[in-house]
Amino acid sequence: MIKASRFAILGSVAALALLAAGCGGGGGSSSSSTSSTSGGGGKKGGTLNTVANAAPSGSPDPQINYTLQEWQLLIMTHDGLVAFKRVGGPDGFKLVPDLATSIPAPTDGGKTYKFTLRKGIKFSDGSTLDPQDVLSTFERLFKIKQSPNAGTWYAGIVGADACLKKPETCDLSKGVVIDKAANTVTFHLSKADPEFLDQLAVPFAFILPSSTPDKEVQIPPAGTGPYKWATYNPNSQIKLVRNPNFKVWSADAQPAGNPDVIVQKFGLSTEAEVTAVENGQADWMFDPPPSDRLTEMSTKYTSQVHINPLTAVWYYAMNVRIPPFNNLKARQAVNYAVDHDALVKIYGGPKLATPTCQILPPNFPGYEPYCPYTKNPGSGKWTAPDMAKAQQLMNESGQKGQSVDVITDTIEQDKAHGEYFVGLLNKLGFKAKLKALSPDLQYPYVQNSKNKPQFSWSSWYQDYPAASDFINILLGCGSYHPNSNASPNISEYCVKSTQDKIDQALNTQVTSQTKANQQWAQIDKILVNQAVWVPMFNPKYLDFVSKRVTGYQFSPQWYFLLDQASVAG
Amino acid sequence: MAEFAYEPEPELSLGPGERAEAVAGQSPWRLAARRLWRNRVAMAGLVLFLLIVLVSFLAPVYANHIAHTDALQPNVNGTTVVNGKTVEVIQQGGGPLGLGENPIGPTWQTNYFIGADQNGRDVAARVLYGGRSSLLIGIGSALIACLIATIIGLIAGFFRGLTDSALSRLMDLIWAFPVYLLAITLSTVLLTTNGLQWGPIHLDASSLWIPTIIIGVIYVPYVMRPVRGQVLSVREKEFVDAAIAQGASNWRLVFSEILPNIITAVIVLLPLMIATTILTEAALSYLSIGVQPPNASWGTIIQDGQALLYTRPWVAIAPGIMIVLTVLSLNLLGDGVRDALDPRAKVRLRK
Repeated sequence: MIKASRFAILGSVAALALLAAGCGGGGGSSSSSTSSTSGGGGKKGGTLNTVANAAPSGSPDPQINYTLQEWQLLIMTHDGLVAFKRVGGPDGFKLVPDLATSIPAPTDGGKTYKFTLRKGIKFSDGSTLDPQDVLSTFERLFKIKQSPNAGTWYAGIVGADACLKKPETCDLSKGVVIDKAANTVTFHLSKADPEFLDQLAVPFAFILPSSTPDKEVQIPPAGTGPYKWATYNPNSQIKLVRNPNFKVWSADAQPAGNPDVIVQKFGLSTEAEVTAVENGQADWMFDPPPSDRLTEMSTKYTSQVHINPLTAVWYYAMNVRIPPFNNLKARQAVNYAVDHDALVKIYGGPKLATPTCQILPPNFPGYEPYCPYTKNPGSGKWTAPDMAKAQQLMNESGQKGQSVDVITDTIEQDKAHGEYFVGLLNKLGFKAKLKALSPDLQYPYVQNSKNKPQFSWSSWYQDYPAASDFINILLGCGSYHPNSNASPNISEYCVKSTQDKIDQALNTQVTSQTKANQQWAQIDKILVNQAVWVPMFNPKYLDFVSKRVTGYQFSPQWYFLLDQASVAG
Repeated sequence: MAEFAYEPEPELSLGPGERAEAVAGQSPWRLAARRLWRNRVAMAGLVLFLLIVLVSFLAPVYANHIAHTDALQPNVNGTTVVNGKTVEVIQQGGGPLGLGENPIGPTWQTNYFIGADQNGRDVAARVLYGGRSSLLIGIGSALIACLIATIIGLIAGFFRGLTDSALSRLMDLIWAFPVYLLAITLSTVLLTTNGLQWGPIHLDASSLWIPTIIIGVIYVPYVMRPVRGQVLSVREKEFVDAAIAQGASNWRLVFSEILPNIITAVIVLLPLMIATTILTEAALSYLSIGVQPPNASWGTIIQDGQALLYTRPWVAIAPGIMIVLTVLSLNLLGDGVRDALDPRAKVRLRK
């Protein structure tokens, strides 16, 4: 449940503090022009030079930072008990054992997970991994106080309640039971959590040496991955070098990297980043390229461009509690009227986004194509707007003449989308006007019911592959907090019958993912029929690499797998 | 030893090339107008400025009858005719990957003369509409600043003492804030609180009055200072003492004796203030806290054009040129007005 405008921030800090379920990393999907081979191949050596506009926002501490930018690096330096398989393509969503020897089946009604640690794994500081490190890692998660999802994803661990109240004296010994002799770690949860394993596979739960101080660090501490952090200067660069203590124990979870050194330099504009990659001065740019360079890249640098769909959605949330969108027909009218092709064009064209009518993105658990708000419905895909139907619903709704504030942020593309919607709503008979707020302000503003947001732009990028990561977080009752800036249910939709179905799907997920997926699909359809949003499109991600980069792989979970690319001649 | 000293106001000021017999008996205002008229550079500035005002206020005529377009409504999926061929306003990028969606470039025809923006709108029409907003805000806020500053300057300079101290410190307080920081703060607050509510008066957050008032208020100290200085100086003149001796009320002293003698300072400042406020408006709109879209101002259009600089530079260049021409014309006019109203510097270096 990443709320991110430009992929840079996976979690929108405060907003996520109150979320009821888990979050995770970036989200992507298959690659259009890449191989999906198992990790570890490719020529070794050389330096992979990457560039970014700025350093990852927020603290560099791996248990605090919540950005794709840093997570893409942390997965190469640290490990969790489990991991998302480090390959391109759909398999990148699969969980595999990492520091644990296997993925345990939950017992005790989904409340207990017992892991056996691999033996002989060493941190980059030379210390050897043991169960105490696992316990201290999870206690540190609470002790440092600033971990954004400690109070949500990991609050179900027995003892976490007390840790949240008194972080300094956090004791999870009853929730994370270690047996040094048997080399095991057993997690006890206060209630079953079908997404607990996913939450163990993201950087918040990456295992740190027990010697790590219980306070925020300014460079990620020692880890178990093939690289270690040599430099972290937010004004100039990050540098990763090989971890001399690393030996491959699972190529699926943590393959050996190819480059000897990975550098990320900061300070270039996105225009300059494109030029640097074109000239071979950089091998990859972190930021999405500016739209006015796309045609040039498309014509002159075809082989260096990689486009991959993301499991993400851009949408406008309609507030179902206040006029005019407390009226179902008014909401449906907007959905029938919207021209998704126009929205996609503003975003960059059909190569960079796919129209959608749904909450769940394609290639995601629970996704079944469904789109009633189109001309000639039935295929599940949007084809064209149906203005006649929209006008008819508007007439029936009695909401013509109502004022609507279209709230977006000041980023050029988002503002352009907002202007499109102002025009559309006025055409339908509303009196719409645009309110473009700064990006830092817009998301907290639209979450707060006190501000009475009527029609608000937002986007969501998955943390890990779970339908609840979209549905429960964005439209569940637990995510609606009146008068709070941390209330990601912007539509303020909370209907008991729908929430019962969400809870039921969550329960089913503990025992059967397949059955749960069917239930999520039904919930997705209910929400689409209720027209709580105007879903816009599912975006795609464009990677631009230098000529010398080979072996490009795109993971749906972690995006471009930097260490699996080769730059050695 | 050199020292600065104020000289008494000359009975009659002669401009360059003026003969005493030619100006004898004419009022100071007529003389000023005559001098301004003879200042070719200033008149060129005035003509240019009036031309810009004229074309900007004819924006609807251009949009409706020449370009046949709606400058405010997005036209992303629209088409237009160029050289007899129907083309899409937003065109898909070329190359094997077909990446990017590019607005149509300059057609140099009546429709999309200098191309379209990201929403498929005619940039030429938007530049003219933007001119209306920029000029209205620029002139409006300069007038507000001058009006408030004149009142405060008169009160502070005339009453002096505690009143002067209080008002001057208030101005210092406003002056202490960096102009743009103060404007950004005020704009953001008003945007998020749904505009300005003052008794029965409600100004919507998207109203042009919001940036007009904000910019006007932040520039009050810049005009108030010289006005106050003038008032302090004029208050000591003999004719004011004479009026006091005749039993004139404070009201009469301020508005009949002092104001007419300091108003030239305000008039000299006005064109320069308009130029400054137009620049400030452009900067605020560029930062998305001035004019709210889909309304246009030169600043918002420059911001729209920033994302298209590489492929469609005219979107940003055109409003930039308009700002440069407007500010240049106002500065030329301002210099001319100053020369016309104040041909001799009042501060002389005496040996």
